[in-house]
Amino acid sequence: MRNVSIETRVLALLAAFALLSAVFPRPASADNKLNVMTATTDLAALAQEIGGDKVTVESVARGYQDPHFVEAKPSFLLKLRHADLLIIVGLELEIGWLPPLISQSTNPKIQVGAPGYFDASRFAKILEIPTGVVTRAEGDVHPLGNPHYWLDPENGLRIAKGIQNKLSEMRPNDAAYFAQRYDSFEQRLKQADEKWLAEMQPYTGRKIVTYHRSWPNFAEHFGLNVVGYVEPRPGIPPSPQHTVELIGLMKRDSVKVIVVEPYFDLKTPNAIARDTGAQVVVLMPSVGGEKEITDYFKLFDYDIAKLKQTFDTTK
Amino acid sequence: MKRFAALFAWLLFSSILHAQEAISLPSKSDVTAASTEDVRMKALEGQLRTLAGEVALLRSELKQLREAKSPEQASGPQVLLASSHPQPGMLSNSPAPAPAQLAQTQTYGGATSNAKLLNPDISLIGDFIGTAGRNTISPSRSLELHESEVGMQAIIDPYARADAFISFGEEGVNVEEGYVTFTSLPAGLLLKVGKMRAEFGKVNTIHNHALPFIDRPLVTNNLVGGEDGIDDAGISLSRFLPAPKDWFLQGTAQVYRGDSSDVFAAHRRQDVSVVGHLRVYRDLGESTNLDLGASYARGHNGAGVGTTFDPANFLTNLYSADATIRWKPLRRAIYHSFLFRTELFWSARDQLSPLNTFQTQHAFGLYSSGEYRVNRRWTLGGRFDRSARAAGGSLTDTGFSSILTYWPSEFSQIRGQYRYGRLWDAPNDRFTNANEFLFQFLFVMGAHGAHPF
Repeated sequence: MRNVSIETRVLALLAAFALLSAVFPRPASADNKLNVMTATTDLAALAQEIGGDKVTVESVARGYQDPHFVEAKPSFLLKLRHADLLIIVGLELEIGWLPPLISQSTNPKIQVGAPGYFDASRFAKILEIPTGVVTRAEGDVHPLGNPHYWLDPENGLRIAKGIQNKLSEMRPNDAAYFAQRYDSFEQRLKQADEKWLAEMQPYTGRKIVTYHRSWPNFAEHFGLNVVGYVEPRPGIPPSPQHTVELIGLMKRDSVKVIVVEPYFDLKTPNAIARDTGAQVVVLMPSVGGEKEITDYFKLFDYDIAKLKQTFDTTK
Repeated sequence: MKRFAALFAWLLFSSILHAQEAISLPSKSDVTAASTEDVRMKALEGQLRTLAGEVALLRSELKQLREAKSPEQASGPQVLLASSHPQPGMLSNSPAPAPAQLAQTQTYGGATSNAKLLNPDISLIGDFIGTAGRNTISPSRSLELHESEVGMQAIIDPYARADAFISFGEEGVNVEEGYVTFTSLPAGLLLKVGKMRAEFGKVNTIHNHALPFIDRPLVTNNLVGGEDGIDDAGISLSRFLPAPKDWFLQGTAQVYRGDSSDVFAAHRRQDVSVVGHLRVYRDLGESTNLDLGASYARGHNGAGVGTTFDPANFLTNLYSADATIRWKPLRRAIYHSFLFRTELFWSARDQLSPLNTFQTQHAFGLYSSGEYRVNRRWTLGGRFDRSARAAGGSLTDTGFSSILTYWPSEFSQIRGQYRYGRLWDAPNDRFTNANEFLFQFLFVMGAHGAHPF
């Protein structure tokens, strides 16, 4: 009685699993749309531009969330396991949460190196690649370069091209559709970029301070000059000594604008602003950071409008 | 046993075949059945060879580490990861290890492939613990480098990844975990093979350095094998189960050899232990979620050895239920979070009574703990412990702890914990109080893979 063989029980359990697997096969995507998951909302916005109504797109991270610190919740597994394509930012931005999600997703299509695994950083222009010795004395450095590269419309275009090729490869029959969507996107983006550049033109060379190193690509494209950071090192919270140094630097160079991401505390930036007569502006690094930022275009519209307003009031 | 082994072998074999077929042979319709078989065999042989190669590689790496004098390790020729698709031109441009200027300017498409070498991610976590105060029941050393955990993690091939954690303690070296995970099986199955911490409740799966407290709860020590817990060589199979929309349901079945600390002991080959786990999860909003689990473990224990009874009749059955509620506002995720967790354990252990008769000893234990992230650098926590002992169910130890953690960065922690215990003092046949202050320094070197949620 007591010795009821363990093997029998295990056998039963395994059999139950096998049975369940047989009875509930994965639902084939019913509407025949490609199921695209992205790590961040910006990549989702770009994928949507190219994929149109041939794809369903969803992002794991929200636009107002720090993309370094997303939680690997099991609810994401439910979405990832049916994905045909996973688009990631790469450069180790998601290293703290995406690898376990991928390996637990039980989805062969999106495993690292599989055809459905798409690293957008391979198509973008990457800045701030550390040279020489890389250690964590520099804080939470990204040895492969700054992963906030999507904030340059030219990179947006490059990534969109990559997505177009990938989608066409996965759905050759719709290649013409994706090509046409890309052409339209390129045309609209170039037009919008001309407008943005014109809007930012009067402020070329303005010095700003940012909280985290999220803005090098944005600053380069729009001709801004980032001279300091509220964080003493990436990922290290502000320290009194560094703050004092930063205030000194801002006074000396008369820096009047502090750019903060929506997921950082405003206490230190506000204190610095009070001391230096600068103004704090919360810019959105990602689509969806505010309700009104529903696509890649509105992201730049929002940030540039905010910046202009701040520059104008801090002459 | 044979039946089981045969079934498992079939399952493994067919899964691997399936995975390979799905990836490498998408269009098999025009190939005859015989040649398909041939190709399959060849593919399988190829995989076996690569796996053997990987094992050899890991072994030599381990040896190197053990000899512990290889600082010049990375100076050899750099090998690019086969799966990293280098762009044409990228390779020929940089024969010498001087990609610095190249990386600064020419980065299109090369960023990932440049730096990723064929080495696994290697990390070391140091765990230094100091203890002061009075505890006559389970005293620990005043100062110790409690554990140095070396982690090696890599993707093995398109079908699998492997994780190994080797822990160097004060008393010796121990493979804490070392397993391969097959990520590309059909039917949504996830297979793990190797030595691993069993999927029994929550705290049993957590490595020492990832615990929310310096120590493990009393109930772990009394009923579930102490620090090492249920950690054994075995095979694990898990799968998402059908569930209502927005519910996450996962079932796990595991078979182990049956040797785990003082919980399970296998005297015969067929004395394997089994673990079953069911996990239910649901988001209650974007900031809050609920995580529930039920676990069962069964195996032989050592209580019958050296007695007139048949040792094969002495089993331990363990049951557990766990509940976790987490809160973390997305906009302020790095500043504030809260976690409440409680785990209940029931143990039914066959043993000899003082009168030398066969008896099943029942024991119950639990812990409840809470952690609150006050700001980016400070975390507060508290825990209540209550647990009987596996071999003597009526003697219940009680305790509580409070902890304060300081995070200089993501890669180090400094902690202080006050621990009170009212513990059974067997030699003196009475309860005795333990009051202790513990402190801990944790530091992470290298690339340590993210922990499961």
